[in-house]
Parts: sequence; C-alpha cells; structure tokens
Amino acid sequence: MLTPEEIKEIEHELAHYEQPAAATIEALKIVQKHRGWVSDEAVADIAAKLGTSPASVDSVATFYNLIYRRPVGRHVIHVCDSVSCWVMGQTRLSDALQQRLGVKLGETTTDGRFTLLPICCLGTCDRAPAMLIDQDTHRDLESVEDHRLDAILEKYK
Amino acid sequence: MTLRTAPPDRPLTDRIRPEHEPYNLREYEKHGGYQGLRKALKMAPQEVTALVKNAGLRGRGGAGFHTGVKWGLVPMDGSAKQKYIVANGDEMEPGTFKDRLLLEGDPHQFVEGIAAAGYAIGATVGYVFLRAEYFLAAERLRKAIAECYAHKLLGEDIQGSGFTFNLYLHTSAGRYICGEETALISSLEGKRAVPRAKPPFPAQSGLFGKPTVVNNIETLCNVPHIVLYGAEWFRSISKSVDGGTKIYGASGKVKRPGAWELPMGTTAREILEEHAGGMRDGLKLRGFLPGGASTDFLTADHLDLAMDFDTIAKAGSRMGTGQMIVLDDHTSVVGMLRNLEKFFATESCGWFTPCRDGLPWTERILRDLEAGKGRPGDLELLQQQTRLLGPGRTFCAHAPGAMEPLQSALKYFRADFERGIAGTAPAKVA
Amino acid sequence: MTHARKVTIQMDGRSFEVPADSNLLHVLLEKGVDLPYFCWHPALGSVGACRQCAVTQFRDDNDKTGRVVMACMTPCSNNLRVSLDHPEAAEMRKAVIEFLMTNHPHDCPVCEEGGHCHLQDMTVMTGHNYRRYRYTKRTHRNQDLGPFVGHEMNRCIACYRCVRYYKDYAGGKDLDSFGAHNHVYFGREKDGVLESEFAGNLVEVCPTGVFTDKTYGDSYTRKWDLQQAPSVCAHCSVGCNTMPGERYGRLKRIENRYHGELNGYFLCDRGRYGYQFVNREDRPRRATRKNGHVETLSVQEATAAVSELLKGGRAIGVGSPRASLEANHALRALVGAENFYQGESKASAELNALALDILARGPAKIAAIRDIERADAVLVLGEDVLQTGARVALALRQAVRQEAFKMAEAAKVPAWQDASVRILAQDAKSPLFVATPAATGIDEIATRTFRGTPTDVARLAQEVLHLLDPMPAPRAPGLSDDDVHLAHTIAEALKKAERPLIVAGTGCGSRVVLQEAANLCTALAKLGKQPSVSLVFAESNTVGATLLGGPSLDEALARVDSGAADTLVVLENDLYRRLPAARVNAALGKLKHLVVLDSIPTATTAQAEVILPAGSFAESDGTLVNFEGRAQRFFQVFVPNNGDILESWRWMQEIGLAAGRDMGDALDALTAACAASAPALAPIVDAAPSAKFRIAGLRIPRQSHRYSGRTAMHANKDVHEPRPPQDPDSPLAFSMEGARINLPPAEIPIFWAPRWNSPQATITRFQQEINGPLKGGDPGVRLLQPDPAARPPYFERPAVLDHAGLEVVALHHLFGSEEFSALGEAVRQRVPAAYVALNPATADRLKLADGATAAFAGAGVTIQLPVRLKAELPEDVLGVPAGLPGVPTVAAGSELKPAGGGA
Ligand SMILES: Cc1cc2nc3c(=O)[nH]c(=O)nc-3n(C[C@H](O)[C@H](O)[C@H](O)COP(=O)(O)O)c2cc1C
Ligand code: SF4
Ligand code: FES
Repeated sequence: MLTPEEIKEIEHELAHYEQPAAATIEALKIVQKHRGWVSDEAVADIAAKLGTSPASVDSVATFYNLIYRRPVGRHVIHVCDSVSCWVMGQTRLSDALQQRLGVKLGETTTDGRFTLLPICCLGTCDRAPAMLIDQDTHRDLESVEDHRLDAILEKYK
Repeated sequence: MTLRTAPPDRPLTDRIRPEHEPYNLREYEKHGGYQGLRKALKMAPQEVTALVKNAGLRGRGGAGFHTGVKWGLVPMDGSAKQKYIVANGDEMEPGTFKDRLLLEGDPHQFVEGIAAAGYAIGATVGYVFLRAEYFLAAERLRKAIAECYAHKLLGEDIQGSGFTFNLYLHTSAGRYICGEETALISSLEGKRAVPRAKPPFPAQSGLFGKPTVVNNIETLCNVPHIVLYGAEWFRSISKSVDGGTKIYGASGKVKRPGAWELPMGTTAREILEEHAGGMRDGLKLRGFLPGGASTDFLTADHLDLAMDFDTIAKAGSRMGTGQMIVLDDHTSVVGMLRNLEKFFATESCGWFTPCRDGLPWTERILRDLEAGKGRPGDLELLQQQTRLLGPGRTFCAHAPGAMEPLQSALKYFRADFERGIAGTAPAKVA
Repeated sequence: MTHARKVTIQMDGRSFEVPADSNLLHVLLEKGVDLPYFCWHPALGSVGACRQCAVTQFRDDNDKTGRVVMACMTPCSNNLRVSLDHPEAAEMRKAVIEFLMTNHPHDCPVCEEGGHCHLQDMTVMTGHNYRRYRYTKRTHRNQDLGPFVGHEMNRCIACYRCVRYYKDYAGGKDLDSFGAHNHVYFGREKDGVLESEFAGNLVEVCPTGVFTDKTYGDSYTRKWDLQQAPSVCAHCSVGCNTMPGERYGRLKRIENRYHGELNGYFLCDRGRYGYQFVNREDRPRRATRKNGHVETLSVQEATAAVSELLKGGRAIGVGSPRASLEANHALRALVGAENFYQGESKASAELNALALDILARGPAKIAAIRDIERADAVLVLGEDVLQTGARVALALRQAVRQEAFKMAEAAKVPAWQDASVRILAQDAKSPLFVATPAATGIDEIATRTFRGTPTDVARLAQEVLHLLDPMPAPRAPGLSDDDVHLAHTIAEALKKAERPLIVAGTGCGSRVVLQEAANLCTALAKLGKQPSVSLVFAESNTVGATLLGGPSLDEALARVDSGAADTLVVLENDLYRRLPAARVNAALGKLKHLVVLDSIPTATTAQAEVILPAGSFAESDGTLVNFEGRAQRFFQVFVPNNGDILESWRWMQEIGLAAGRDMGDALDALTAACAASAPALAPIVDAAPSAKFRIAGLRIPRQSHRYSGRTAMHANKDVHEPRPPQDPDSPLAFSMEGARINLPPAEIPIFWAPRWNSPQATITRFQQEINGPLKGGDPGVRLLQPDPAARPPYFERPAVLDHAGLEVVALHHLFGSEEFSALGEAVRQRVPAAYVALNPATADRLKLADGATAAFAGAGVTIQLPVRLKAELPEDVLGVPAGLPGVPTVAAGSELKPAGGGA
C-alpha cells in the first residue's frame, strides 16, 4: 500500500503531465525516497495508481540505474567509474572501498550500513576521482589514504 | 532594476559567484536578469527565433545543430494546440560538467532562457530533464522556479504579456541514453529511454506526440543575452564563425582541471596550457578527447586548432561538449578505451543489435588486449566494429559515439593495441 | 492498398515497378528476394531495431559508394537504387547475425524451434557459419508462463517482436521487456500464466525458440516429421484457418494457416491449444453396443446393426452445428429429409435463422476479420466477442487504431512506420462502443461502454436508430439522460465514419438485439454509408447447419415423446448441451434405440445403445460455413491408428450401403449432393478442388520432403513398410511424394520455400503482396452476397418484457464454454470452476454472499452453484456461464427464482 504521503507526492507529479503513465519514473523515485528501494508490491501499487500494469512499471523500473529493485543498505555509495575518474585513479578508490567495507561492487555490508555501487560520470571530472554517498558528492579522492576514507565513511552511520 | 553598463564578454558566467549561493531573484534582477525575457515578450515569437538564427547559436549539447533552425521547424500556424520545450540537463557524457556549473551557479539565467525559448516556439509548458545525481542543482533550480512563480515570471500571463509558461523539473533515474533527445522524450513520457526513429522529428511529433524542442542547458542559457544584446554582439564575442562563448573544460592529469567560459573558437592549446596549466610535471600529452567520451582523439599536433564545431570536425573529430579529457603518456591507452567501451556497452539501451551486442564484445576484446591476452585478428575485428557501429549504420548516435574514441585510438596509438596481443608485455595501467 | 502512384526502383540490375512510398522490404520480399530481417513483422510493421535488413542505397548511377540503409525503414521513391550484393550491405547483414549470435546458446539440437526457426534461416542466409566470439554468454532464468507457452530466454536475440505483438498489437498487459543493454529480458514481471487470450501467437511471432508451444514441446516432433493438412478451426464460428500437425497417430500442435481476409497471422489460444481432446484415450475408438453389457463391434457388425435399426421406419436423425455440412447431409440422406432435425434447440435455431436472414438480406457488407480491422467506428451490441469469437476482438483492437493511421496519413508518416505512428497518435483511438450485459475484455479500448440486459441493449440501439433515421424509428422508452447522451455520441460517431461496423451475435440469446443490429445497418445504408456487419454464431458450422435447415431438436424430441419415433441417430452432438437435462431425459426414456456418432465422450454417448467412433476434425474432411458465410474445406490430417475411427459421414455411407442406399464412397459425392440440396449451398463444391484434382498428374503430399523414419516408424510392429493409407476424399496424399509448387491455396499442407522454414516468414512467399491474399486467392467461397441496395423494413420495436424472477443472461468463457477445447489438458487448466453470477445489490436482496452456494429454479432446470458477485451485471439478472463444465443447460432469457436449499 502506498502511504498517504507517497500518494500526495505522486499526485503532485501527475498534475505535470498529459498522461498519468508519464509519472511512472517520478512515482518510483518517490517510493524509493521513502523506503530506500522499490519492492514488487510497490511496483504493483504504483501501477494501480497510474492505471498501468505492474509489468510496464517494472519494465521502466529495471531499465534505469538508480531505481533499486532490491533492498539496499542505509547508505548507498556510488563510485564513479567513468573515464576522467579512471584516468585519475578511481580503480584504487574502488579497491580501497571494497576492502574497507568487505564487499564487492553491487553488494551490501552485512550490517546493512552500506551498499557499494559503480556509477557513470558524476559530472565533477575536474575534481576526480569522485564518489557520491547518498546525496553528498565527495571529490578529489586521487590519493586515498585510509584515514581520509574512514573519516568520510564515519559520517554515515 | 539596473542594466549592465556594457554588454559582458563572458555572459554565461558573469553572474556566477564561485563557492557561493547563486543570486536569488532579487539579486539576479538587480544584475540585469529577466531583461532578456521581458524584451522577448514584447517581440513576435518568430522575431526571437530569427534573432537566435542570426546570432549563429549552435547547440551546446554536442551535435552543434543551429538552434534558430531547430526552432524554425516548429509549426507556428496554430495547427498545434500544445507544444513543449525541454531542457536537456542529463549531462552524463563522461568528462562533461558544464551544465551543472551553470545550474548551480546561476539557475535564474537558465529559467529565463527556457522561458524565452518557450515563447519563441509557442510552447506553454517546459520540462527540465535533469540527471538524478545533480542534487544541488535540482535544489537551486526548484528554488528559482518557485521564486519565479511567486513573481509572475512563470505561470499564467507572465508579466501581463498574455504568455503562459509552466516549468517543471523532472529528475532522471539514471541512464546515459536519456541524453539523446528522442530517448529523453521517451523517458519524460515515463517510458524506457529508447531512442525513436526520425522522421518524424520532435519538432513535428515529440513529447506526447506534440511538437517539441529539446535544447541543452548551456544553449538555453545563451538565449536571454542574445535577445538583450543582439546577434551582432553575440557574434562579436566569438573568435569563430559560430556565435558566442563556450564553456570549455579540461580533466585528466593536467595541473588545474576545470571549466572556463571562453570565446567560441579558443584554441585547444590556450585551454590546455593557459587555463588548465598544462600537463602535470613529468607527464607528456599523448592525446585528448576534445568534447567528452564520444569524440575522436586528437593529438598534440592538433593543439593549435580552434575549438569550434567546424574546425574540429575537419580535423576528424567533434567538438562535442567542448570539455576535453586528456590522455597522458603514463596512462594506458588500451585501458582507457576499455573503460570507455565498458561505459558505452552498459549504457546501451538494448534496442538495436550492433549497439547492444557489439559494444560488449568490443569491451571484452579490449579487456583481453589490456591484459596482454589479445589474439591475432582482434585489431581487425575492432576495426570492423568501428565501421559497423559507425555513423549511418545505427539507430541513434550512441554507438557511433562509442566508436569515435576507438577508431581514432586505433589510428594514433595502434602500437599500444598491438602490444596487447598475447606474447607481448601488457600495457601498464596507470 | 490504395491506388498509389507507381515508381520504378532498381536493385542489382533488376528493376521493379512498385507503388510510391511502399516499404522497400515489403517490395523486395514480394519479388522473392532473400533479404533477411527480424524485427519487422508483416502485421507489426517496421521499427528498424535489428539492423538485419541492410541494403546499400545509391544516390544515382555515379554513386558507387552508397550508404547502408535498412530496407524496412526505406520508402520507395522513384529511381531508388539499392543493392543487396554490395559488399558493405552484405558485410553488415553478416555482422548483425554474428552480433545476435554472441549470446545465443546454439542449442538447436534440443530446441523446439529447430527446423522452423527464423533465426536459423537467417543465419544460413547471411553465411554466418564460423564463430569468432570467444567469451562467456549471458544467461537468464526462465519463467513458468502457464500451460500454453514455454520460455527459454537464453535463446533471445532481442528483436522486441514479442512485446510489440503482445502489448502493442494484442493489448496484453503482463509481458514486457526488462533491464537494459545486452541484459534485456522478455517475460512477465514474475512467473505466472500469460493473461492474454492470444498469448499463443508468441510462439510464432518469436523468431527463435524463446517462446514455444508448451503442448508441442511436451511431446515433441521436428517440424519436417509432422504430417500436416490444411484445416479449419473447430472451436468457434470464425473459422480461422489452421495447420495441424501429426506424428505417430497423435496430434502434436496447431499452427496458424495464413488467410488474407480471415485470421491473417494470428489465432486465439482456444484455437491453438484446443486440439488436445483429439489425443484423449477415452474417446470413442471402437464401435460399441450396450446390451446389458458393452460389446465391441467391428465396422461391418456396427454398420449392419445400425442399418437394421433404421429399417423399422421409425428412426429419426439429429444433426449438429459442430459437424460438417457433409456429415449433416449424410445423416439427412440416411434417415430421409422428413426425419432429419437440426441439432439445436428451438430457441437457438430461430435465433440462428434470424441472424442468417439479417446477413443474407441486409444491405451491410458481411465483415471479414480484415474488414473489422479497417472499420473506423464500431458498435458492439450484446456480444462478448472476446469469449465467443475471440479473433474478432483482436481485430477490434486494430480497428480502434484507424484514428492513428488517419493522423499518420495527415502527417505523411507511412502506416508501416510502426513506432512513429504510435508516437504520433499516442492514445488516440477511433470510436468503439461496447453495449453488453457483463464487462468484456475490450471495454478498455472502448470509447464508452453500456451495461444492461439484452433488452436494455436493444433499447439503446433503438435510440441510436431514432437518431439516425428519426421519422420512422420512434424513440426508445425508459432511457436515462446519460443513456440518451450515449446514444447521441454513438450516432454521431457512426455518421462520421467512413466504414462503420455493427457487431452482434447469438451469444446473448436475444432476438431484439439482433433485430436492432439489423435496423442500424439499414439506417446507415439509407444515410448513404456502406455499413459492415459482423454476427458471431456459436459453433464452427452453425451457419452451415442453419443453411441446411430442418426442424429443431425440440420438435425431434416431441416426436419421440409422441411415440412416432423410437430410434434416434445423433450426429456429433451432445443433446444435454442443447436443452435442459430433464427435457432430454424424458425423451430418451421413451426411445428404443439411441445411436450416437461422435468423436468425444459426452453425456449423450453415455446414454447411447450404439456408439460409432467418429473422426475429429483432424481425422476427417468436410466443409464448414463460418460466421461470414464462407464455406471452407478442412482436410484429414492423419488416419487414426488406434481403433475403428471413421469420418461420421463415411459411417453413414457404409450404413446406407448396408441398407441398400448409395451415398457414394467418398467426400465429393456428399459435397455435391449437399450443394444440390439448396441454392444457397450450391457454391460449396468450389470451396476447394475435388479429390480428382492433380498437379501434373501428382497428388499433394502431406509430409515434407524431409519426413524421416518412414520406413522405421512401424518397425516395432512389422518390419515391412506398410502401404500408406489411400485418400479417396482429397487430392492430398499420406506421403512425402508429389507436387509441391503452384498448389491451390485451399490445399497447401505445408508453407515452405527454399531457405524459408519459419511459418510467419515463409508466408510472404505465398502472398500476392505483403498482408494481401494468398497467391491464387484466399481459400473458401462466400455463400451470402448481401445487396448494398437492399432496404429491408425495420424490425418492430422490442416489446418490454416484465420479469418476475431473475433473467438468465449467458456468460461466455473462451476457455470452458466450448466443448472440444475444454476436454484438453492445457485448456482445462484455464477453465474456471462452475458458478453463477449476480449483481451485488441483487445478491444482497437475496441474502447471498460472494462464494455462497445457492439454488435457482425455473424453466425446467435447477441450478445449484456458488455465487460470484459481478458489480457490472444489471440487477435482477442471473449470469449463467454457457457450456461451462458443471453448469446446467438453460436458455438465455429464461426466468429463474431462488429455490432455497442453498448450502
Ligand atoms: C548518446 C547521446 C547522449 C547525449 N547526451 C546529451 C546530454 O547529456 N546533454 C545534452 O544536452 N545533449 C546530449 N545529447 C545530444 C542530444 O541528443 C541533443 O542533440 C541535444 O540535447 C540538443 O540540444 P542542443 O541543440 O541545444 O545541443 C546526446 C546525444 C547522444 C546521441
Ligand atoms: S523473446 Fe523472441 S521475440 Fe522476444 S525479443 Fe527475444 S527473440 Fe525477439
Ligand atoms: S527488419 Fe529492418 S531493421 Fe529489423
């Protein structure tokens, strides 16, 4: 069941489009904002709300990189793996993160704190390598000493 | 309200205060803001379009299509009840970070631009398609939009002109292909971002089947200035046949990576050596992608070329977004290509065959070559793919974009690839 | 389609005259060029996704480089110059296949698609025979999609045909594409039965082995080892053309058999999967006689016994709307015309006669499926076509797209540019109105719907009639303002349309609905329109049986009651599905002898003294007349190897012979005699060439030229190769030898052309033009030729019936309401449990909760079943599923009352 708050937000978006199904992506993002991810049940609820089918909502949901169809940790770390960051040594950053968190890319730490994912160019190539944790962009991570990484991760409980 | 005394020569970044909050509406107006829109509203829509055409504004999204010409394709005879203008703020081209700068630094400039553009084509609704990760830009834009609604600069009957324009922000859910204009339209319709066949062009049948213009954020930001200061002025601040300035940029192992608003047609050398401070100590320039991941490599031999659409095209590349990615002599060319092709392969929407199934193959061969496990014939295969996925063969420009760095790398750095054939030492990764 | 300007195009030294702006791929395929393709499908149009149909296009004669374009996306302009042979195009086509195959598992030896696989054909055609891709292939998890369709996603080449067919064309909701890049996945959002009534077509639409026919896969035979014959679907009145295939005495599958005007490329799932009853072990397989105990008779003993029973002169025969014209005629000839009765209740027979009369005498064109697809305004009256004539509903889904095509034409976008047309038109639909007692599966595409009893539906139509022709047609009484407004909307839409269509049928059991449908056609004709009409009947040969005529079953039973007849011969008919059981039992109780010929076990065979095992559609030949009055011949697919099954008409020929009456010894004699019996039937002899027809002296083989194991398949019984069965009834042979080219369209047992093995692709080789008629004309002959100038008087306004109890409204189920299909294993899994339906308010008044079992009585029946609440049903109506196993037979329009005694 969608919560009244989710419904209100979805209806707000609906008002912006000529066709209800156009709000599919917004609806998915709204649900994800509140719950962290989008369950099968939520897919069906969104479909009912927008007058489309669960299959077509899921078809959209699974297409986009930033809709999570499986539960994620409390915080999601997106490490940029595109070219400028790569040139600037993002591989080291990504390796370091995997080591510190004890997970591989695409996995969630056992304590449910972090999910580690790769992401395309974050648009901050002049300060590469970069990563996004939740909504915060962390830049200039070329030389990732452990204590700096720890200090960053510390902020996310 | 004050007018700027003299027309600026860096109009786009003039009002940006680095590391500060952007101007709010009052401050923006104090610095000459919304004068362009006000002026436009007093003109006939077709006049605005003609002005933009004369100014020689070319799309800053990468393809460099003439903006005025694109607007001119929209039916203005009243046959279309609803039309749309869409701002392309997807900016997922690796190496590109200019639209973010503009939106975070001066959101009102953009709102003014899209409203004027909407007026020119007769669109009453505009959408900003913004990539998901630009949280700060989204926040600032939302605030600017709200201010405009509160002050009758958006919504019904703007400033008593009779023109109604509603602007909505759509944040993406993440996919590079959303930046392709027809895929972007699919995505705005709440669908999978799959590109569409042309014709019909969006100007005839775009969003929800209605005439639609898609323009890049930077393109739209130029519009108020052109209206305000005129076509002549716009051409005068450029060093090239194309009008205006350009937000150039550089990333990679240069001393001062960054982005700068410079006259259109500034040379690559000036950008690289003066503004980016040249290569880091001990590194040499091997090549650069002039405007994002989907442009052909150029080399040190091309540094004196003017960075404008036609000059760079003549040299066998594309200016693209004008934001260079620099390759130094300590970084593996093959590794860089592998990284690029992995990006393109995973960002393929999966609609048509060569792109969907060809790119992953390309990436795997490159992975082998990078690890020194390539096989004889691999380079020929890559070469063939650059042809098969190249311009004219594909459904949209994603795959040809993917082939541009590859084909040029095979041309300029072939030996690096040859070393990846099994038996030779693997190319070292930086 | 239209009389377009002609242009000349050039291809590799050949030049063709073609209509301007026609699609280059269409044109080349029509000319017999071997140009590979995937994402294009003749019914789905072009999207340019697979990039397989690459050709090189040149600017002019001096241009030697050219540029590679997709034929399927290229309109033919004058002097278009293209080349298939040009190295760049050839390289492109080869490379595309190579790309497609990078993730394909190469599992042809274990794949059900092998041998009729479009992907195999195209791979061979492009010359891709060496694999350079050396990496791991991506793999997927498969889904359980229910009893009909198998799923093997690893074989997918991502051509997107499945979703384009299922979602865009058939309006399905539960199949889609998921994920992106080379991980795209085609399936449901989770495991589960594919909901569309047309899901089975995926099997043919998918160019490789992702979606396969599960019933076929469960008992698999290679395509080239199937013995096939052209057939006609036995499961409803539309009469789609089918291609059944047999091996080792079992029917293995049904495929679509293209018919340009009728089914086109698609069947419904009842038609595709309904065949399994043929393989049931418990079918009557030997002649038996009950005489205290059941004894088995030889064919000779059985014919002798029945001819003996007929001798008394007190025998009558009851025919069947699910038996061929020839079978019905043979029975009539055997018992004598004065002793022959239609196998329908009086109520049904009268309704059928009325419907037939409307078709024959009205001004409206009788719509073939193709005409339905082209209608630009449709009014459906009373009939739930998705359940009673499903193929019509699929056609209506295309009809509402006429608006889109009009918009495309205005924007100069060719109709074949599928994606562009859809983008342009978005949700625009041409008008469709559905006025029925219960909700239907096409409501979602309707402009507006109307719910009411059949009488209400007729009143709405009467109001529309009044609006079309105010003077003679009075206003309908008792309509709400809303309904009057709806009538206005409908009338306006019909008036505005160029090709208005009225759809109705016998399914709701209402005379007045049919009469109003007829009135509307007449009124539209008076307005100068060219209306079409489509009336759905109940069974595969209802129209044929009605044309043949005869008194009804009620009269036959009355004759038995009166003692004037003591022997009843029932032809392929279960009397218990026609009249209430009590009524049938009363008559049968008086009989001395009941002889039943049937292919399936029924309540009637259970009462029979003598049972003669009759051939199913797959084991016999004959002629059926479909809902548009088209006589179509179906042919015997195989000779059953288990038992003494004979065509029912052959039994009667044999019995006749034993009784000294010569009715010939093959089909043709009966067809001719039947044709001679009534002027309307005269053309049926032309439905297909006679048994004497030969091509260069040769018969037409039912087996492919690669049919294998012929000499070994019986070796477990006898190492001598048996003589193949002879076929005196058709030009077809149970053999792999004979003529294979220039076959008459009605007698094509295998659609095959060199290099083209997949049926939906091969078909282009047999069409006059893409989507057009078969070369030589579409099979069948139309028996009804309405006169556009006819202006029959309007039927009287419907009488207002006062119902004291609950009015029975028939509810239909695609899976369950039809007798044959419900006997098959796969379909049985889709058949709902028996129930009756009530409007919630009515249920409330009767103090019945959803799911409670309740009893209702009246009209000679008692029904005791669980109640299902259906909000859209009118009040005071009892919805009774027609023909559903476990639901007693009761005529629509009967009145029932709660009978207490509910559990
Ligand atoms: C694969 C692909 C990605 C693109 N991404 C972007 C993008 O992120 N932002 C953008 O403005 N244009 C992008 N474009 C270009 C757009 O298709 C389009 O040309 C542009 O938005 C038009 O605006 P302009 O005329 O103002 O440049 C992309 C094109 C392709 C083929
Ligand atoms: S499942 Fe079949 S029809 Fe669907 S995309 Fe894959 S190959 Fe094409
Ligand atoms: S058939 Fe032409 S691109 Fe697929």
